[in-house]
Amino acid sequence: MTYLPKPKLHHPELPKNDLGYTRRDYEGSISTLCAGCGHDSISAAIIHACYELALPPHRIAKLSGIGCSSKTPTYFLGASHGFNSVHGRMPSVLTGAAAANRDLIYLGVSGDGDSASIGLGQFAHAMRRGVNMTYIVENNGVYGLTKGQFSATADRGAKNKKGATNQDAPIDMISMAMLLGASFVGRSFSGDKTQLVPLIKAALAHKGPAFIDVISPCVTFNNHEGSTKSYDYVREHNEAVNFLDVILGRQEITVDYSPGSVEVVRQHDGSLIKLRKINSEYDVNDKIAAMEYVQKHQSKGEIVTGLLYVDSDSQDMHDHLGTSSTPLNAMDDAALVPGSAALAKLNASLR
Amino acid sequence: MESSDIRNPDYFHKVVDCQYACPAHTPVPEYIRQIAAGRYADAYMVNWRSNLFPGILGRVCDRPCEPACRRGRVEEEPVAICRLKRVAADNKGDVLSMMPEPAAFNGKTIACVGAGPASLAVARDLALAGYKVVVFDGNAEAGGFVRQQIPKFRLPNEVIDEEVGYITRLGVEIRTNSYITSMRALLAEGFDAIFVGSGAPRGRELDAPGRWEAAANIHIGIDWLASVSFGHTKSVGKRVIVLGGGNTAMDCCRSARRLGGEDVKVIVRSGYEEMKASPWEKEDAIKEDIPIINMRVPKNVVHEDGKLVGMNFEIVRAVYDDKGRRSLVPTGEPDEFHAADDIIVAIGQENSFPWIEPDCGITFDRWGLPRLNPDTLQSTLPQVFFGGDAAFGPKNVIWAVAHGHQAAISIDKFCQGEDVTERPPLGITLVSQKMGIHEWSYDNAVSIDLRFKVPHAEKDVVLRDIYAEVELGFDREMAFKEAQRCLNCDVETVFAPKLCIECDACVDICPVDCLTFTTDAESEADLRLKLNAPARNLEQALYVATGLKTGNIMVKDEDVCLHCGMCAERCPTGAWDMQTFLLDQPQVVDLKQKKCQGAHSHGVPA
Ligand SMILES: Cc1cc2nc3c(=O)[nH]c(=O)nc-3n(C[C@H](O)[C@H](O)[C@H](O)COP(=O)(O)OP(=O)(O)OC[C@H]3O[C@@H](n4cnc5c(N)ncnc54)[C@H](O)[C@@H]3O)c2cc1C
Ligand SMILES: Cc1ncc(C[n+]2csc(CCOP(=O)(O)OP(=O)(O)O)c2C)c(N)n1
Ligand code: SF4
Ligand code: SF4
Ligand code: SF4
Ligand SMILES: [Mg+2]
Repeated sequence: MTYLPKPKLHHPELPKNDLGYTRRDYEGSISTLCAGCGHDSISAAIIHACYELALPPHRIAKLSGIGCSSKTPTYFLGASHGFNSVHGRMPSVLTGAAAANRDLIYLGVSGDGDSASIGLGQFAHAMRRGVNMTYIVENNGVYGLTKGQFSATADRGAKNKKGATNQDAPIDMISMAMLLGASFVGRSFSGDKTQLVPLIKAALAHKGPAFIDVISPCVTFNNHEGSTKSYDYVREHNEAVNFLDVILGRQEITVDYSPGSVEVVRQHDGSLIKLRKINSEYDVNDKIAAMEYVQKHQSKGEIVTGLLYVDSDSQDMHDHLGTSSTPLNAMDDAALVPGSAALAKLNASLR
Repeated sequence: MESSDIRNPDYFHKVVDCQYACPAHTPVPEYIRQIAAGRYADAYMVNWRSNLFPGILGRVCDRPCEPACRRGRVEEEPVAICRLKRVAADNKGDVLSMMPEPAAFNGKTIACVGAGPASLAVARDLALAGYKVVVFDGNAEAGGFVRQQIPKFRLPNEVIDEEVGYITRLGVEIRTNSYITSMRALLAEGFDAIFVGSGAPRGRELDAPGRWEAAANIHIGIDWLASVSFGHTKSVGKRVIVLGGGNTAMDCCRSARRLGGEDVKVIVRSGYEEMKASPWEKEDAIKEDIPIINMRVPKNVVHEDGKLVGMNFEIVRAVYDDKGRRSLVPTGEPDEFHAADDIIVAIGQENSFPWIEPDCGITFDRWGLPRLNPDTLQSTLPQVFFGGDAAFGPKNVIWAVAHGHQAAISIDKFCQGEDVTERPPLGITLVSQKMGIHEWSYDNAVSIDLRFKVPHAEKDVVLRDIYAEVELGFDREMAFKEAQRCLNCDVETVFAPKLCIECDACVDICPVDCLTFTTDAESEADLRLKLNAPARNLEQALYVATGLKTGNIMVKDEDVCLHCGMCAERCPTGAWDMQTFLLDQPQVVDLKQKKCQGAHSHGVPA
């Protein structure tokens, strides 16, 4: 089997962003995932989002664990930093990297197995510590890479490819994220880039832990009748509460929707999220209501998507710890190793 | 929106831009692949079937395919289609064994007037079917303008001899030095049908004071070129003015440079861009130190007692009215004088049929062109057909050949007592090229090489010898690389909406963003605004497919597709497939069934 690289030729009118890059400049190597895998669409959405935000590729660090989903960072942002960690350990590695160098933009990419099974504890602590990152779980309800065993997000009653039924209760990562302190929480579907791309953009612009659960069908092991993570099932049960546009600082917002249907959220970096509400009652700033809404609709078998919760005054780990604003790699040796006199002084102050 | 009618032969044919643009619909990508595979003889025969003269056309074709080539839209320049054709001719080895044999004599005899490409195409097609064809030409050698007008440094005689030979060997009789002086007499000879392929043999006259006084050194371009070709004219003065901006002017000036002209210039009424000559002809002339002077209208010939001294020109500029029509208005500057020992007039070509009696039943229109059914090429006298430059005025070799095929079909039907207007239908076949998950039977990798330049012979060598060919042709290695630039536009993307699950894999992978799934639209104009990338080229179709589960429609902008097959490789359900398009273009004898296609046994089906 040969995987030819994607041809270099592109559309003659392919636009460039403020940095002078085309969208194609944000691609990575050719994907070796199964044809039709939802994860590839998420990669494409990440590429769109980074291009549209005109992020400098060399200022992004993409980290992942193990799984088909965790392989995807190879397939986007070829000019960014990358780290493939041990299974389930991406959150810790990312936390460490973010602690050392707060100037990079952190993108964690994981799977439902990687984050909800082996890495559940890691996931929980990264959220509650408030690491400034975008954390995307590519959720297909199975361990794709190891050939389709149910994962911890599989719904009770869902059937696997051979017909066996899942008896265990599912872990709902959205509710967990909200509960554990994520300050930006959203859910989307790999097959809906109009919703997903701006959601990723908003998350990248967000300060603090931004978590996105993206339902991403595994075409090979979980796209059959009886699955609750198949293309057909997700399309039928998708209940979007909103769609959003991300507006960068300079741009004017013109509200062209009927009153009550649009809400504008301002984020730390000055960017604005314009929410086009499908459900006018839904309030993205109210965490408790959001959790209740999600639970209620989930119990009806609906998959709630959109920007579900955002805290626009969020803080991150560095704020909590009062760390230096200079990344470690920008400090000189004297600052990094102040010497035994400084240590003695510190110890004395604590006696 | 309605789904595109992909069963209509025209739909996918149009996607193969080069083939569609070729008047004879030569299956270009097919022979380009054969050249890449080193199957030069096969490539030659594919051409021979469609256009008869791969060696000739591989050097001098007007190449309408190249401006049409998709590569020119996604990169800087089109594939060097024409020059690749020459590679097939140069490297083919023996093709005689692949040539079909004519059927037994069917009792019908056909006359062709003129031995140019139009008549020769009629002759080949009919001879294969068992007709006896007699071709008359006033000249000493067959080939028509290809022989007498196109200079030898662009097209050597041996190439013409060889390719005319493949036609005469089918039993076609060519009577040279046989100018037909009377259509009535020819009609009386009892031929079953007559084809008139006599070309547009008259050069337009210069209407300027002094023209006739200095006549000894003022030449009509096409007459002068013929005289050069046949070796009657061997020299020209040192200072030469060529009037006109078409390809004839370019051939005249370059010939003059080789016959002793040192200060040769082309002087043209219009601007450089509007000149009729092909860009490459202009470039070649300029490379041979021939200035092209634009915006000069000939005013009067200056002579001293009949001895040519030069010519005066009025300097003009182009002015456009609100409808965009151009007129040339004098700038008011004083006239410009150019000294000359010879002037060659290449300002146009006209039809002329002095040998067709006005009362023999063939009607002409106000411009002196025969009244014809444009599809059948039949004249008002049912047994007389026209084609090539004689039919609709001066065009080029490939059009002459295309007419020849159509006229041959008409003549065959006429002789068999069938309705001439009932044309045989075009057929198409689509064959999947899939061999494995990531394997196609065509080379789907997209080369990023820019167009390769054909090497030229040294300038001082070619300027010394009018028979020395300027272009040397690609060598095999260059030809391979150039062939790899072809995008295989005949390997069509075929979509099966029933299989699609809208996973977006094709949309994500498509390097040129030409795929979109979207909600339905009222009109194509609306649809063009909803696509993932701008689709402004209205000449190119949108491939629309309805019938998706979600109610969305699939839209593909054919304009920029690279035929890379990535969409089909990434499709989990096989909703996309890459299928070669074969146009079954009817000819009198279906040569595909004959020997000349026999060597195709593997790879892409012929
Ligand atoms: C200088 C010049 C350069 C050209 N270069 C190119 C080129 O590079 N590429 C290209 O594609 N096209 C070129 N053309 C155009 C091309 O040569 C013609 O379009 C093409 O040859 C037309 O073919 P035809 O069969 O219609 O007639 P022709 O080739 O013109 O042949 C007609 C023949 O009929 C003969 N004839 C005429 N009347 C009679 C009669 N009554 N009895 C017997 N014989 C008769 C003529 O002598 C002539 O031999 C060029 C034309 C000129 C003038
Ligand atoms: C420590 C460890 N335990 C188990 C495995 C085996 N393993 C590889 S991938 C995987 C599950 C991946 O599932 P998920 O994160 O959902 O990714 P997907 O392939 O579904 O995208 C497992 C259990 C491993 N690689 N390492
Ligand atoms: S096994 Fe499933 S998750 Fe893994 S690449 Fe294939 S479709 Fe995607
Ligand atoms: S790329 Fe090849 S097939 Fe396509 S138009 Fe050009 S020559 Fe023809
Ligand atoms: S073949 Fe498919 S993937 Fe390639 S350019 Fe055409 S539509 Fe796009
Ligand atoms: Mg998974």
